[in-house]
Amino acid sequence: MSHSVCIISTRAPYSGQAAREALDTALVSASYDIETSLLLIGDGVYQLLKEQDAGQIPRKNHSAMLQVLPLYGIETIHVDQVSLDERGISPDALQEGVTIIAGDELPQFIQQHSRVFNF
Amino acid sequence: MKFALAVYGAPANSQATQSALHFARALVAQGHEIVRLFFYQDGVNTATAIAQPPQDESNLSEEWQQFVQAHNLDAVVCIAAALRRGVVGQAEAERYKLPGNNLRKGYELSGLGQLLDGALMADRLITFGA
Repeated sequence: MSHSVCIISTRAPYSGQAAREALDTALVSASYDIETSLLLIGDGVYQLLKEQDAGQIPRKNHSAMLQVLPLYGIETIHVDQVSLDERGISPDALQEGVTIIAGDELPQFIQQHSRVFNF
Repeated sequence: MKFALAVYGAPANSQATQSALHFARALVAQGHEIVRLFFYQDGVNTATAIAQPPQDESNLSEEWQQFVQAHNLDAVVCIAAALRRGVVGQAEAERYKLPGNNLRKGYELSGLGQLLDGALMADRLITFGA
């Protein structure tokens, strides 16, 4: 049986290690040749903001780390429209390579996967 | 049914460790199989041997270890997350020249692939502390 994995990431990029550790899980999954989606919900959508500067914290730039995903075969990052709207984030503020999913399509999107990891 | 459990919260700052232990006990009591325990994020602190809660409080790390050993469970602690948070075995302590090691017996430090693998082996992956 061929599996597909959905990694749901719900935390802001520099709030603890959760965003980084969700991303690591996505990369490991994809490196096993498992079809893998990364879905950002809630404060997770902040991970996609352009022009992040984490140097003064100091942390690695999370946006730059997300940009390695295509090298692992994850061509697009999925993001929840409702979470963007709730936070007043316009699609223009997001980095490239993002697919926005409308709220009523979200359950169906998640159900397409055989395994779901929630972070 | 086959279950994999992922624990992301630490004993001292989250209910996740306690809830996961209750759930795991219930699984065993009902005859289900736990194919993997995976401790990730702050959950790696469950595996430290040197936390000492007050005598009149429960020691979740100790309870977890007893449960793991009693049922001979496959208990994996994410090595990258553990190194970041100061949970290390003897090999890591030697490799990084650390002043000590604190991984409880019964646990194995290994990579994130074991979380994926566990989830794919199991019928259900249940996450605590996401």
